[in-house]
Amino acid sequence: MLGKKNFFATTYGVIGVGLVIGLMASALQHFGNPGNMGVCVACFERDISGALGFHRAAIVQYIRPEVIGLCLGAFLAAMLSGDFKPRGGSAPVQRFVLGMLAMIGALVFLGCPWRALLRLAGGDWNAIFGILGLAAGIFAGTIFLRLGYSLGAASRQTSFTGYVFPALVLGLLVLRLVFPPLEGEQANGIIFYSVKGPGSMHAPLLISLGFALVIGFLAQRSRFCTMGALRDLFLFRQFHLFFGVVALVAAAFAANLVFGQFYPGFTDQPVAHTDGLWNFGGMLMAGLAFALAGGCPGRQLFLSGEGDSDAAVFVLGMVLGAAVAHNFQLASSGAGPGANGPIAVIIGLVVLVAMGLLNRPSKA
Amino acid sequence: MRTIDARGLSCPQPMLMAKKAMQAGDDDKIEVLVDCEASVENVSRAAGRLGWKINVVQGEDEARLELTKD
Repeated sequence: MLGKKNFFATTYGVIGVGLVIGLMASALQHFGNPGNMGVCVACFERDISGALGFHRAAIVQYIRPEVIGLCLGAFLAAMLSGDFKPRGGSAPVQRFVLGMLAMIGALVFLGCPWRALLRLAGGDWNAIFGILGLAAGIFAGTIFLRLGYSLGAASRQTSFTGYVFPALVLGLLVLRLVFPPLEGEQANGIIFYSVKGPGSMHAPLLISLGFALVIGFLAQRSRFCTMGALRDLFLFRQFHLFFGVVALVAAAFAANLVFGQFYPGFTDQPVAHTDGLWNFGGMLMAGLAFALAGGCPGRQLFLSGEGDSDAAVFVLGMVLGAAVAHNFQLASSGAGPGANGPIAVIIGLVVLVAMGLLNRPSKA
Repeated sequence: MRTIDARGLSCPQPMLMAKKAMQAGDDDKIEVLVDCEASVENVSRAAGRLGWKINVVQGEDEARLELTKD
């Protein structure tokens, strides 16, 4: 039944959810996740891509329980609230490409929008360039939306279709349990695990999974979306979701102070580089891709949990994008952009602008 | 009265279509068909901000939002 009252979708609700995400993300860092990476949907999907052997960057391979929890938490919330609606069929291949490009852009910056905010809350001022790029990319997306950009309507699918992605995610959890990381071993059976670098740093399984289930549940109910926050601000002068994002930064900042995790500055920041141009450029590309796809990586996971196959295709595109980014030396490292990162951003931007201009059903 | 069919479309398109129709000034009554809860919330919020009255007619798989100029 549509049209029920939903406290979480009110502005107070969304602010509350932002506070919870900020606190939990900071706490996950305290419990072992890499610096300013309590939750990073892009980084964690990249780590999963590596754990499955799709790329062989040895320092970023781990089955991140957070991704599993975010999707399954949203799935539970959607089942309980009646929001579970299997749907799909809105330009799936383009959504796959958008996911790939979004991931490549995010890995040039080194983080999804959530991590950009967490980096800011941790005192990593390089994030400012990334956030400006993100805002510019989303603003560009709103121009295409005003010009009539649309990937077309999705249609209702069988219930089974809606269960496929959550089942795949559950399969990842099974792999994590059957082949757990072993001390000092680079692999267990078919799964790769980092023994050093960010992939080796993680909170205990149950904490990661538990926190992410709560975040996924709340975010599904509140429609929390970092891309939507800026998009709605640009398109409608609406601050609703934006307040949630501000709450996330404020809570993470306060919690970082308490945990002693606030280190202001540009240099020596965890999993970050100081090249302002490509911090901006990477997130410009990612922001435009998120805007054209209708959601940040977190939101795409929550929608996948609601039975949205188009969002699930975007997530799968991100997983392949991570493999492409590492195999083709597009991803940045602490030293700076990858050898082919800048050219990938330029090509990606050209593709995205073409997609923005050419998908105008009303003009067809 | 004008009817906007935003079923199957994801945000922000239902909101953009409704806002465009409200601001065009041709109709005092607009009906928007949507099929997800997020769209019900978003279109209602946008209409409220523009000072329009909202009546949500609930259905099993979709909802009809009747927007009336105040």
